Amino acid sequence: MSMARKDLLGLRGVSREEIAEILDTALTMRKVVRSSNKKTAHLQGKSIVTLFYENSTRTRMSFELASKYMSAASANISASASSVQKGETLIDTGVTLDQMGTDVIIIRHPMSGVPALLAQNVRAHVINAGDGMNEHPTQALLDMMTMREHLGGLEGAKVAICGDVSHSRVARSNIYGLTAMGASVVLCAPPTLMPVRIDELGCTVAPTIEDACEGADVVMGLRIQRERQQKGLFPSVAEYCDHWEITPARLALAKPHALVMHPGPMNRGVEIASSAADSPQSVIAQQVESGVSVRMALLYLLTRREG
Amino acid sequence: MEDRTLIRGGRVIDPANDVDRVCDVLIERGRIAAVGEGLPAEGARVIDAAGRVVAPGFVDMHCHLRDPGLEYKEDIGSGTRAAARGGFTSVCCMPNTRPVNDCAAVTRYIIEKAATQGSGVHVYPIGAVSKGLQGVEMAEIGRMREAGIVGISDDGSPVANSNLFRLAMQYADRFGLFILSHSEDKSLVADGVMNEGLVSTRLGLPGITRAAEEVMIARDILVAEAEGKRVHLCHVSTRGGVQLVREAKARGVRVSAETTPHYIAATDEWVEGYDTRCRVNPPLREEADRLALIEGLRDGTIDAIATDHAPHHADEKRVEFALAASGISGFETAFSVCNTALVRSGAMTLSQMIEKMSAVPARLLSLPGGSLAVGEAADIVLLDPDAEITVDASRFASKGKNTPFDGKPYVGKVCATLAGGRVIYDEEGAYAG
Repeated sequence: MSMARKDLLGLRGVSREEIAEILDTALTMRKVVRSSNKKTAHLQGKSIVTLFYENSTRTRMSFELASKYMSAASANISASASSVQKGETLIDTGVTLDQMGTDVIIIRHPMSGVPALLAQNVRAHVINAGDGMNEHPTQALLDMMTMREHLGGLEGAKVAICGDVSHSRVARSNIYGLTAMGASVVLCAPPTLMPVRIDELGCTVAPTIEDACEGADVVMGLRIQRERQQKGLFPSVAEYCDHWEITPARLALAKPHALVMHPGPMNRGVEIASSAADSPQSVIAQQVESGVSVRMALLYLLTRREG
Repeated sequence: MEDRTLIRGGRVIDPANDVDRVCDVLIERGRIAAVGEGLPAEGARVIDAAGRVVAPGFVDMHCHLRDPGLEYKEDIGSGTRAAARGGFTSVCCMPNTRPVNDCAAVTRYIIEKAATQGSGVHVYPIGAVSKGLQGVEMAEIGRMREAGIVGISDDGSPVANSNLFRLAMQYADRFGLFILSHSEDKSLVADGVMNEGLVSTRLGLPGITRAAEEVMIARDILVAEAEGKRVHLCHVSTRGGVQLVREAKARGVRVSAETTPHYIAATDEWVEGYDTRCRVNPPLREEADRLALIEGLRDGTIDAIATDHAPHHADEKRVEFALAASGISGFETAFSVCNTALVRSGAMTLSQMIEKMSAVPARLLSLPGGSLAVGEAADIVLLDPDAEITVDASRFASKGKNTPFDGKPYVGKVCATLAGGRVIYDEEGAYAG
């Protein structure tokens, strides 16, 4: 089994075998990340561009370091510093990058579906680094890599995801990826932050966070943006915490050594208490390390077929 | 005799006069002179309609011609040519142009341009309810009426203020006009870009609850009921909307309703892949809604089929889904799509469908046409209901090539269109001259 796709736009429809291949390759790549000589020739001669229409620290940096560790030429474009501000269309920007010989375009955009639109119009490989409320596949891959290592496998694992599911591309990618790997996903959020019919994607919706945490192998928090409160989706941060914050008491309902995860950036004291985020069960820091490894693996696998 | 045309041997379907039989139609000086078997051909140009359906030209009570001001999307010339290709002989154009058709000068401009640069399709403007579609001050409805509007609507920018809606309803009634309401509560739409359902969840696109449409349908019905006035509901798209209209009609409210080819032939599943050709407002709904609309057409709850022809420039669709313009270029696929979804599917007869595309909208708006009775203007369409076609938007006369039906197979086509006895569209070049 070897990756045959041009782009990675999401984990929806990606097979268990493909995901396993990426995660297995990522384990190899982690050796590079952990070594004192972080340089391989995997991407020598390749050109990789990150095209970010939204702010990002870890995802962008992680892709950039992954490219550099593997000897690619990498460049960054952020929307504020580009011709996007002069009114250039997304397709024109993509075609321009294509003409510069770019092999991989890594895109983040506030609107769902944009990586798909770009992929239809460029020769370069496209990796989705987060689009609107749709998907963030490399985040889910790094989450799965982290879980797999600690749990020994994903089959049969129970993963509770709590927070703003509605606006979360991390949640959707994890639902697709984890269910493909045989894990079960249970969601918990205020009703105003839960998308309709999401259970039909193959997960379950828990009525309370206590139900969600009960017997879980992993408890993952999702960022609650303060502006959601201002838009009337919940009354106050204090009331949110009363009902939905991940706390040590709620964590105690999970399995004894259940993992605490968060894609970051965290709002401490909103969706997750510091005492939970900083507990010995937390693997939030390790998720970041997995991120570089997974992105190295993905860049390698996507570009490899061309030799 | 001068200026006689005989349409010979077609299957004449004229629902307004309960005709469905093979016979001839004789046209003299632009009007229907006789309908019957074996009409004399002397001195007449003969159109052989054997194997064709001869029906009243279609009447579209809801379209966008984009002229004045948005001619890069469509103009009255291209729009009326597209209408003729779709078998339409009368179209009613919505006022959301630039400037808005909220005064008699704009109304007159549209009518004059249609007369001089149009394809021959009759153009009936619909005026704005409020000045600039701003929903604040009433537009000059009386003056626009004198200039030729046939209805009022703030299509696309629905009148949120219920009292303005009520006052405009009262006021327009004095001029024999009623509101064609685009029923939509913008606060419930919020940032939604497609139907809220499994597909919106799957695609991570902000959804639009059906309540956004149904709340306003209910309001419109209740205000009309309280006032005892007429109201027409545009492009009904939800099963709940159909039910609200059904119940209102049952208790005697003076309400009429239309739906469009895309709501009876497509669903939100079509949005998969972020296909901006499927971005339309109201959004494509689900299969249960589609079936409920067809049932509504069957039982008379939904009176008419309108196209909501909404041409856009390609640049406005080749963008991020959330930025894409809403609307479907509908004139040139309406018959094929409806014939396939309604007649071929067995939901209704061809005669019933033709009635909803011609006689009913003409009657609702008191327009000429929609009938082949002797003395009526010879607004006629020749159809081949069995032709298998593949939609090719690149060949549209409309400037708007934006349609999700592009490349798909349908059954039935428009062969020729006559307005006032003159051939204004002739697919095979067989009838003109």
